[in-house]
Parts: sequence; C-alpha cells; structure tokens
Amino acid sequence: MSPPANTPVTGSAPASISRRRKQGRHFAAWITGSSWVISLLALLPLGFVIYIAIQSGWDSIVQLVFRPRVAELLLNTLMLVLITLPLCIALSLAVAWLTERSDLPGRRLWSLLATAPIAVPAFVHSYAWVSLVPSLHGLPGAVLVSVLAYFPFLYLPIAATLRRLDPAIEDVGQSLGLKPLAVFLRIVLPQLRLAICGGSLLIGLHLLAEYGLFAMIRFDTFTTAIFDQFQSSFNGPAANMLAGVLALLCLLLLTLESAARGNARYARVGSGSARQPQLWPLSKTATVLCLLLPISLSLLALGVPLITLASWLIAGGSEVWQRDGLLDAVQQTLMLASVGAVLITAAAFPIAWLSIRAPSRFNRLIESCNYITSSLPGIVVALALVTITIKVARPIYQTVITVLLAYLLMFLPRALVSLRAGIAQAPVELENMARSLGRTPTQALWLITLRLAAPGAAAGAALVFLAITNELTATLLLSPSGTRTLATGFWAMTSEIDYAAAAPYALIMVLLSLPLTALLYHQSKRTAGR
Amino acid sequence: MNALELHALYKSFGNVRALDNVSLSIPAGSRTAIVGPSGSGKTTLLRMIAGFEFPDRGRIALQGDWLVDETRAVPAHLRNIGYVPQDGALFPHLSVAANIGFGLTGDRAFRRRRISELLEMVSLDESMGERWPHELSGGQQQRVALARALAQNPGIMLLDEPFSALDTGLRSSMRKAVSKLLSDAGITTILVTHDQAEALSFADQLAVMRQGKLVQAGSPMALYRHPVDEETAVFLGEAIILPAWVEGDIATCELGSVPVLKPRRQGAAQILLRPEQLTVVTHDAAETGPYSVGRVTDIDFTGSSCILTLELAARTTAGGEQIPHRTLNVRNPGINIPPLGSTVRLSTAGEAHVL
Repeated sequence: MSPPANTPVTGSAPASISRRRKQGRHFAAWITGSSWVISLLALLPLGFVIYIAIQSGWDSIVQLVFRPRVAELLLNTLMLVLITLPLCIALSLAVAWLTERSDLPGRRLWSLLATAPIAVPAFVHSYAWVSLVPSLHGLPGAVLVSVLAYFPFLYLPIAATLRRLDPAIEDVGQSLGLKPLAVFLRIVLPQLRLAICGGSLLIGLHLLAEYGLFAMIRFDTFTTAIFDQFQSSFNGPAANMLAGVLALLCLLLLTLESAARGNARYARVGSGSARQPQLWPLSKTATVLCLLLPISLSLLALGVPLITLASWLIAGGSEVWQRDGLLDAVQQTLMLASVGAVLITAAAFPIAWLSIRAPSRFNRLIESCNYITSSLPGIVVALALVTITIKVARPIYQTVITVLLAYLLMFLPRALVSLRAGIAQAPVELENMARSLGRTPTQALWLITLRLAAPGAAAGAALVFLAITNELTATLLLSPSGTRTLATGFWAMTSEIDYAAAAPYALIMVLLSLPLTALLYHQSKRTAGR
Repeated sequence: MNALELHALYKSFGNVRALDNVSLSIPAGSRTAIVGPSGSGKTTLLRMIAGFEFPDRGRIALQGDWLVDETRAVPAHLRNIGYVPQDGALFPHLSVAANIGFGLTGDRAFRRRRISELLEMVSLDESMGERWPHELSGGQQQRVALARALAQNPGIMLLDEPFSALDTGLRSSMRKAVSKLLSDAGITTILVTHDQAEALSFADQLAVMRQGKLVQAGSPMALYRHPVDEETAVFLGEAIILPAWVEGDIATCELGSVPVLKPRRQGAAQILLRPEQLTVVTHDAAETGPYSVGRVTDIDFTGSSCILTLELAARTTAGGEQIPHRTLNVRNPGINIPPLGSTVRLSTAGEAHVL
C-alpha cells in the first residue's frame, strides 16, 4: 500500500488524482454524517420532553404540574441545591487554599484525600451513613451526604486554578497597597470564578439527577418521585410530566451557569512560564487549627464509608462473597462497561474530529447538543427511551441496545472531552509533514493522528467505563430482566436491608473507581502544568 | 533547466488575496529565499509548492512536469518535495531515529544504515537516534527535521523559517551549515523568511513578496543595491532616501554630487544610499571626494561599532526655498568616535540608486 519513497511525480494520471480527491470527500462525508446522526440521537430526550408537553395539552399540564406535590418537590430540590452548593464552595475554597497556598504539613496527602471521595459512588456514601446513623434522613441528612460525596467536584478545579494562577498578579496587587485578604478577595477569588461556576454546575446537576443517595436517605427530590411514580404506574403521564419539569430545571441550571460565567477569559497574559506561588506561612496554632479541617473532612468523607464497608465485610465474613449473583454481576458489569466504553469512544470520534479540524458555528452547535443531553438526569433519558422504544422501536425495548443507547446519551461528553484533547495533540501540520514524506492521507491519519490521540481516547474510554460501572438509575429502568450490574446488585441488596451482602458490591465499585480518581488527580495537576 | 516553475498563481482565503499573480522560476541546484513581511503570502506559496494548499488558478511545474494545472493536482505525498517547517514538527510519539526513518521504505538493515548516514549528514551523534523529540534542544530538533526531509532524496527542499526559533548565535551557524549541506547535496532549496539579513546571506536568488504579489526577484546584491521601490529598499536594509536632482550620471543632493548608475529618470527624483556608503571624516582629515558637513547630535555606542546621528546644515535651494534640518544615521567604527556636538564631514562611496 505504501508508495515507494522516490516515486517520480511524472505521469500521475488525472484520473487517479480525482479519485484520490473523491476518497477525501468520502471520508469527510462519512465523518460529518455520523456526527449528525449521533447528535440527532442526543436530541431524543429533549424531543421527548417537548413531545410530552404538546401531547398532554395545556389543561393536563396544569393539572399535573401545578399541584402541592410538585411544589413540595420543587421546594425540596431548591433547598437541597441552595444549601449544598454554598457549603461545598466554602469547604472546597478553604481546603484548596490550605493545600495549594499555605505551608500546611502534608499538603499533598490532604490534596489526594480531598480528591478520593470521588471514588466512592454517591449511593455508597449514603449507604454508609444510613447504616452508621439509621435515624439520618430528610434535608439535613441529604445535605450532609451530598456535601461529602460531591465537594471534590469543586475542590479539583479550584485547586488546579489556584496552582495555575500567576503569582506575579498577586505581587502587583500587594504593591498597589492591598492587604493580603483584599488580594485574595479582589484578585484571586475573581479568577476562580470559572472553576467555581463549572464545579457548582456539575454538583447541581448531580443533585438533580441522583436517585440512589436520596432514596436511601429518605429525602424526596424530583428524581426519586419520578422513580416511585414510574414503579407504581409505569409509563404514566404523571412521571413524564415530572420528568419534563426536572429537565427544565437542568436547562435552567445550565443557563444560570453560563450567565454567571459570562464571557470572561482568565488566560495568563504574557510569555514565559509563571513562577511558583509563594506559600503562606502558618503559625503553630494556626497549623493545628487548620489541620483539623482536612482531617475531619477526610474522616467524614472517606473514613465513614470505608469503616462502614469494612465493618459490614467483617460482619458478613466470607459467606457474602459466595452468594449467587456477585460473580455474575461482576461479569455483566465488565462486559457492559467495556462494550459501552468502546462504542461511545468510537461514536465521539467524528464529533471530536470535526470540532478540532473544522471548527465552525454549526459544528459547535452539534457538539453542544451532546453536552445538553448529558446534563439531563439519567431518569429523564431513561423515561424518554422507554416511551420512544415502546412507541416506535418495540423490538429494542428492554434490550441491551436501549441500555447502551442511554449510556451513549449520558456519557458521550466524557469521551468527547478527552478525545478532543487527544486529537488536539496532533496538529494538522504533523499530518501534512507525513504526507510530504510520501504517506497517503489515510496512512498519515493512521500513523500520526490516531497514534497521538490514543492516550486521550483511552482516558475517555476509561471515564465512560467507570461511569457505566456506577450507573444506577437508567440501568434499573431500562435493562432487560436478568440484568444485574454491580450497581443494581448493590441496590437490590440494600433494598432488602441486607447491608452485609451489599458490601462486596460496594467494595468492588470503589476499587474499580480508584483509577478514575488517580486519573482526575493527575489531570488536575497536568492542567496546572506541573 | 529550471527545477521549479510557478506560473501565474492566484489564491484567496475568503476576501483576503493571499497570492496575486505570482510567477517565479527556480533554477536547479539554486538557493532561493522568499522574503516578505508577515502576511505577504510567502508561507502560502511554500505550502502550495509542498502540496498542502492548491491554487485557485495557475500552474506549477516540477522538473518540467506539471504538478498543478487545470486538469490535475498532484497530492503532497506523490511530489517528493522535502519540507522543514518552522518548529521542526517532529512526531512527538516517535524516537529521533523513527522520525528520520518515517518516510523510508525498505528492510530494517537498509533503514538503519540510511538513518545513521542522515544523522551524520546533519552532524548529530548516532546515539541521538534513541532520544525523544522533547529531549532535544531547538537546534537539534531542526537538524532532525532536516534529516527526516533529506531521507527520501527530495529534488527540492522547502524551509519555512526554520531558523527563526533559534537564538541569534546558533541561527547564523545553523544557516551556514544547512546551506552548505544542501549545496553539497545539490538540492534545490527554497527558504521562506521574514528576516532580510538571513535571506540576503542564504540565497543566490531573492524574491521579495508584499501583499500577495511578487515585487521583485533577482540576485541578493542586485536587489539590495537596486530595489524596485522605496518599500523594498527599506525592507532589505537600512536606507537613506534623499530628494535629488539627476542630470546625466550625477545626482545632486544635500550630500553634494553623487554618481548614479544608469538612472531611470532625469530631473527631480529620490535617490537611495545605504549607510555603509557614507563615511564620517573628522574635519581635519584630508579632503577627498564629495562631502558635506553635519553636526553630531547623538551617539549610539554598541561596542564594535556605533551609530552617529548627524544633523545636516540647513540649506537653501537654488530657488531660495529653505530646506529644514535633515538628520541621518551613519555607521562608524567603535574607535575614533567624534565627540557629541562636533562638526564632521561625510564622504560617499559608490553609486546611488535612483528610485
């Protein structure tokens, strides 16, 4: 296939040239076409919400939406978000400052421990707390567990940004007569805005979407209510209508975040690499007081789940490991997660490719379809797919195909973001270079771009793999009978209040999630350029 | 025979004319420098020769065969034209040896032999082959990029500002080394640069581009001495441009009478002198040749040489019109610098060029 290096250019027939150009066009058409198909698929859940609204008509919308139950759910959800977010922000800011900007002893360790709670699925957090403090329930319990389970989503970007900020700007602030606190408030904090907005959005969306955590702690949110509705009346209009309201809430959150973020760009102006920031010296007393924060946080967010797990595992002994279903769940989870990871990464490729190599307003729009859908809760995606498959694609109703489709809609952006970074590693100039060295465009793509994008693709696939492993809601709703993943298996056990039997499932999920945590920790370091 | 013929090339990007009727012949074995300010279209031209861009109109021929015309466009990988981009563009996932061997086909032993030959050719140690691109300095990366492009014995080598990322000292030694290497190998070379000194020293044919047009092409010396217009004159080096009255082979200006070579017009004109044509003579030195008088108003001492700012005496023209003070910058060696405020004479050497 490879042409000899010294091919004389004489006598290249025009026919072969035009064929080659046609091949190029085929490739482009294939890429564009598949990215459209995938993005159209991504619009299914939104289409479903609109369809439901139109089909039900205004009167039944009024009847189903404007009632005390919905008001109660709305109040619950709002309270949850409004209390949890500020707590998470304050906590993450404090810990990030301590680990990045002060000379607190063991800063690396505390930083790692503040990232680690991500490895524990949210519903395992609440399982640990409920079995430790059985009386914990309602809003206080929900807020406590949410903060502990989700604060790393804010800690990671804040710490990464703090690390990346050019200390010269703070020096200038001081030289202009600002006191250290004023420097922090007027110079550092505004630059953290993007990190805080992004992290808050992520946590907000999790709070809206999470089912397991709140169901276990007996706190009613939209998601738990939709789930109950679905189980009692299956595909009823009430569940669909609630799903519509929930989808609207998510879109509202997205809009709020993008408004708060504004058009700000906080890139560093100037060349050369930034100096290392100077560490703030803490006095002896301050050190002791400040150490209390990361210590108690680690105890609550990591200690509680790990100790609870350990005690259930000890209580259960070897018997819980020999129960039927555990091995099956592991096998099914690995199967589902690896097939899903490969499929979703492959599906993300055309979109990532276009967004790097042919950036245009239209391609950005295509890309954002996928982001919007993935911000919708799993339960909305699941309900949409249940309705659509029953109505128009009966053969795939309650099959693995539908489950994988749900994963595609929910997790595509995870693969997309990593893959995009990977493809960006291979500038088109390198492909040109390969072509000038006698490689055909296809060979250049294969030898250069795909090779360079491989680490990004692998990271993306790993993120998707772990997301699928820990996915509960959509899997519960969509999977064919007999399906048992680690998450649904865990859920079945805890529903039967068999906490000891649930422990092995939780442990395996935590162990599988550890690489993800390491990856996130590593990535936040790398974006900081160290 | 000409290695490369560019014939009436046009190319637009949106509303921007990148190339506007560019024609150029490049003789086999020559070194051509395409020089111009950024945005002049020089890189577009180079990428078109490489086959990364295609012209809207026009033809390109390589060794007498059409690469691009109305019916065909030979893609980059069939052209066998070497290309060294600005930053080297080494493949980051391949070792140095694998980078150099990228375009090579043949068995392992042949490839290994050829790679070590190429490493030697660009004066890199053979042990470098196992290194990774990020472990190399800027100069070494450029050498590897050159070796990689040389691997397939290209008929033409394209260099896209390959020295601009290097620091000043390394830059000129790299330029000399590359220039010698390519000449010895008899490879026709085209260098794109925005650095006129680099272009003058590298090339035996210089092509000046501005706003997508090829303004002038010829030998570096001819272009430097006889630029087609004032902008080209200024672009190619420091220029002293004075109003003058040309009669026959003599131009009369504020510096006195200066000989001109084959003036293109008579009467009122602008003449070009290069600073090195002017010599400062202290007042008491022997009076030779045409001279004029000026006062030293500033001295910019840079060590081996210095630049004197001279203010010429105010004069009135024959018509009684007052000519305001004119200041000139003149180069002077770092010794025997006339003191600030002193009056010196200027003598001119060589001919002026009528613009």
